[in-house]
Amino acid sequence: MEDIVLKNLSKDFGTFRAVDDVNLTIKSGELFSFLGPSGCGKTTLLRMIAGFEVPTTGRVYLGNKDLSDLPPYKREVNTIFQNYSLFPHMTVYDNVAFGLRVKKTAKAEIKDLVKEMLNLVKMEDQANKYPNQISGGQKQRIAIARALINKPKVLLLDEPLAALDLKLRQHMLIELMNIHDAVGITFIYVTHDQGEAMSISDRLAVMNQGKIAQEGPPDDIYERPTSIFSAYFIGETNLISGEVKELHEDHLKLSCQDGEGKTFEIDSSFQLAPEAGAHLTLSLRPEKIAISRNKPRSQHDINILKGQIEDILYLGSHTQYIVRVGKLKFRVFSQHKRVYFDDKALDWEEQVWLFWHYTDTWIINDNPFDVLADAELDENGNLKRYIKRSKT
Amino acid sequence: MSTTTPRIYKGLNLTIFSLVMVFLYIPILILIIFSFNDSRIITGWQGFTTKYYVQLFNNPTIATAFRNTMLIAGLSTLISTSLGVMAALALENTKFKARKGFLALIYTPLVIPDILMGVSLALLFNFTRVNTGMVTVLIAHVTFCISYTVIVIQSRLEGFDYSLVEAAQDLGAKPHYIFWKIKFPLMLPGIIAAALLAFTLSIDDFIITFFTSGRGFDTLPIYVEGTIRRGTITTINALSTLMIAFTLFLVVVTKRIRKIIISAL
Repeated sequence: MEDIVLKNLSKDFGTFRAVDDVNLTIKSGELFSFLGPSGCGKTTLLRMIAGFEVPTTGRVYLGNKDLSDLPPYKREVNTIFQNYSLFPHMTVYDNVAFGLRVKKTAKAEIKDLVKEMLNLVKMEDQANKYPNQISGGQKQRIAIARALINKPKVLLLDEPLAALDLKLRQHMLIELMNIHDAVGITFIYVTHDQGEAMSISDRLAVMNQGKIAQEGPPDDIYERPTSIFSAYFIGETNLISGEVKELHEDHLKLSCQDGEGKTFEIDSSFQLAPEAGAHLTLSLRPEKIAISRNKPRSQHDINILKGQIEDILYLGSHTQYIVRVGKLKFRVFSQHKRVYFDDKALDWEEQVWLFWHYTDTWIINDNPFDVLADAELDENGNLKRYIKRSKT
Repeated sequence: MSTTTPRIYKGLNLTIFSLVMVFLYIPILILIIFSFNDSRIITGWQGFTTKYYVQLFNNPTIATAFRNTMLIAGLSTLISTSLGVMAALALENTKFKARKGFLALIYTPLVIPDILMGVSLALLFNFTRVNTGMVTVLIAHVTFCISYTVIVIQSRLEGFDYSLVEAAQDLGAKPHYIFWKIKFPLMLPGIIAAALLAFTLSIDDFIITFFTSGRGFDTLPIYVEGTIRRGTITTINALSTLMIAFTLFLVVVTKRIRKIIISAL
């Protein structure tokens, strides 16, 4: 099959390494996303696949064919540009027909194919308009039609929805998935929006500083992050560090410090067996934690912690509680389902119980203390920038 | 914003604007009216006539001057616009080290007085013993037009969106094809504007032509000056009216030219 294979791909701009030794296989027909903050190298990676950037080292393959030295016009790859880049002096029809005219396709055939493409993107009645006469969403569709008419093996999409407003973005996202299903070719999608990447992708790669931090299906990356970066970049999480105290067959017991001299224990599942005494970082997603003023019944597979509510943020679909356990702060998302909370609404300064299933604690192999020193959080406590430095 | 402008300012703006229009167009209107006046002097209206137009067309000196003007204007427009396109494309490369120096050299003639340029060109031709005539006038016209054409075309190129070139490459087009189908059509409004500017600059230039034409090669402005000096203004009115009509025609035509050229590419 004609997979896209990236081998040891690197790109330097002067002394800045934009893409750093990336190895990746994108399967034929897959909808694959590169997700990362701006400057992480995702667009450079895409431009190397398209042929607009020459790799400093490494190769790009499409199936068995080495694309690395081919100019963009010789690659069976087409791109949707961030600002659409429609030709302003041509009508919608001429824009879509451009690729075929380059190939000197017969006029009658061009007419049929353009019509077919305009039908696919539901723009058949706009053929004679100029790009400045149509809306942003319509320009997007025309850009897609203009690319797909060339029957590329791979379609590259560079932040295609960034210029659209929220409602239109959600609509176009579904449209894109439908088009992907209809044409069946590989889509490679670049975005900084985790929601877009999560909802649209078969698989995705989280990128940071030119490297792939993690790749896999969206649920895998969300539920089982392998690094603090991917845990933080996708969704929100609580990071707790602890020391392995006991190893059991299906779980391990960690001893954690609350910052005020007290210790508490957390049970966790594990993927690699660590040694007793090892320091580990745990990721615990805020929505996995239940919160109540009544102490839950003790069960062997449930972690239970006592804390105090420090802050309450009402967010419509859910409420975010900041709960203090010693000096540690836990973020907890609680949805407003009256059926299983007979409690009155929780209040500031109230003593509460936090509890969650032990399989929801997830071990990350990074050491948090290198990392958090260089992490910059925005006003909501989300990771804005993350710079991992070596200890030296 | 305009809705927040106080009414009194709106009234004032309109008055001033009307006055400007009056001062701009009244002289031209008077000139047109008097070109049909049956009198040798401008003192008053003596009745309608078209005889000056007839005289105009029967005058061989005017015909020669007209032909010379059109020839020089046409050729200098063609040459200065072509050079302007090439210069703008060359200067577009920001890695080109001497770019700023070149631009400064090209812009400077804009602020050099015509008389200085005329005299210096006359000196140059005298020094190099080139016989003055059509060729020297043409060289002179290209020289002063080129600054304008480069500026107009280059400013148009500065806003050029290079992602369009990448998009065309992505769709399989080779550099040649991209130039003629994407880049040139998008430069075209600038090129046409530059050509129009060069043409009008050339048609009505007097000072530089005066210094570089020598005897025996008259353009219309030179002829007009000579005639007025001798005191016969009537045919000149008719001639000026025709030139105004021609200019208006050019303005209307150029609006359509762009579409015609693009569809022909």
